Amino acid sequence: MKARVTIELKPGVLDPQGKAIHHALEVLGFSGVKDARVGKLVTLELDEDDPERARSQVEDMAKKLLANTVIENYRIEIAD
Amino acid sequence: MKAAVVIFPGSNCDRDMMDAIAKVTGKLPRAVWHRDTSLGDVDFIALPGGFSYGDYLRCGAIAARSPIMADVIAKAGAGVPVLGVCNGFQILTEAGLLPGALMRNAGLTFICRDVWLKVETRRSPFTGCFERAQPVRMHIAHHDGNYFADEQTRRRLEDEDRIAFRYCDDKGRVTPEANPNGSVANIAGILNETRNILGMMPHPERMIEPELGGTDGRALFESVLSLLQPA
Repeated sequence: MKARVTIELKPGVLDPQGKAIHHALEVLGFSGVKDARVGKLVTLELDEDDPERARSQVEDMAKKLLANTVIENYRIEIAD
Repeated sequence: MKAAVVIFPGSNCDRDMMDAIAKVTGKLPRAVWHRDTSLGDVDFIALPGGFSYGDYLRCGAIAARSPIMADVIAKAGAGVPVLGVCNGFQILTEAGLLPGALMRNAGLTFICRDVWLKVETRRSPFTGCFERAQPVRMHIAHHDGNYFADEQTRRRLEDEDRIAFRYCDDKGRVTPEANPNGSVANIAGILNETRNILGMMPHPERMIEPELGGTDGRALFESVLSLLQPA
């Protein structure tokens, strides 16, 4: 199975990279952007066929390494 | 004193750290590779600065899961003083030994310059020999030194007197202008609950000799030494 883990800064945590991107978009004339935030995407190929077991494994990985839950939230998607 | 300096792939302040410890304590520390599983019999542990694992994923994230860290955590739990400088501080937060996280500098740029620090507490193995009233000068060199902690954690750090250093100006005033990287409450270094772990972004090991810019970093190593080997 494949898993995609999206990691984003928690709301309220300052994201200077997002701010810089927002600013650059405005400079380019994209005036309708209200906010920009930068996250990460980790894709995993798992040796597991059961979606529930896969999810619980990836959940454990996200907590132990992929995300720093002090500053980040994560979201897991499982696909065949 | 039996000190150990842990070296990770990408550490680059390990030699300076070993040299500083040797110059102040008179004894060369042991260099321990991250893949080792034991630090041996040590009474002081230092995690040096650098770019362990190329800062992949998050600064210090991979190093914090290195084999040697299990023994660092065990020894820290047994009360051995542990110092983490710069990337070492990032590793300590990633390992869960210190609260909060170090994020990209608010100004987005890598900052390499001297800063002034206010020593906020002398109640630790690392700060007893500092003159509290005098600001001290140390070097910073980092891209991700913006200390973040939620409001509750920050208040707890204050209430428990666990903020070791704050960025200040040359008169010792803690002002927004003196904050180089956006750290919450100008925090440059913090202690754990039991006060035997210190993480800090500035580099005390670079301020050991007048020829290299100053000697304000000596007091930190002298503090540890005086605790371990009372005169």
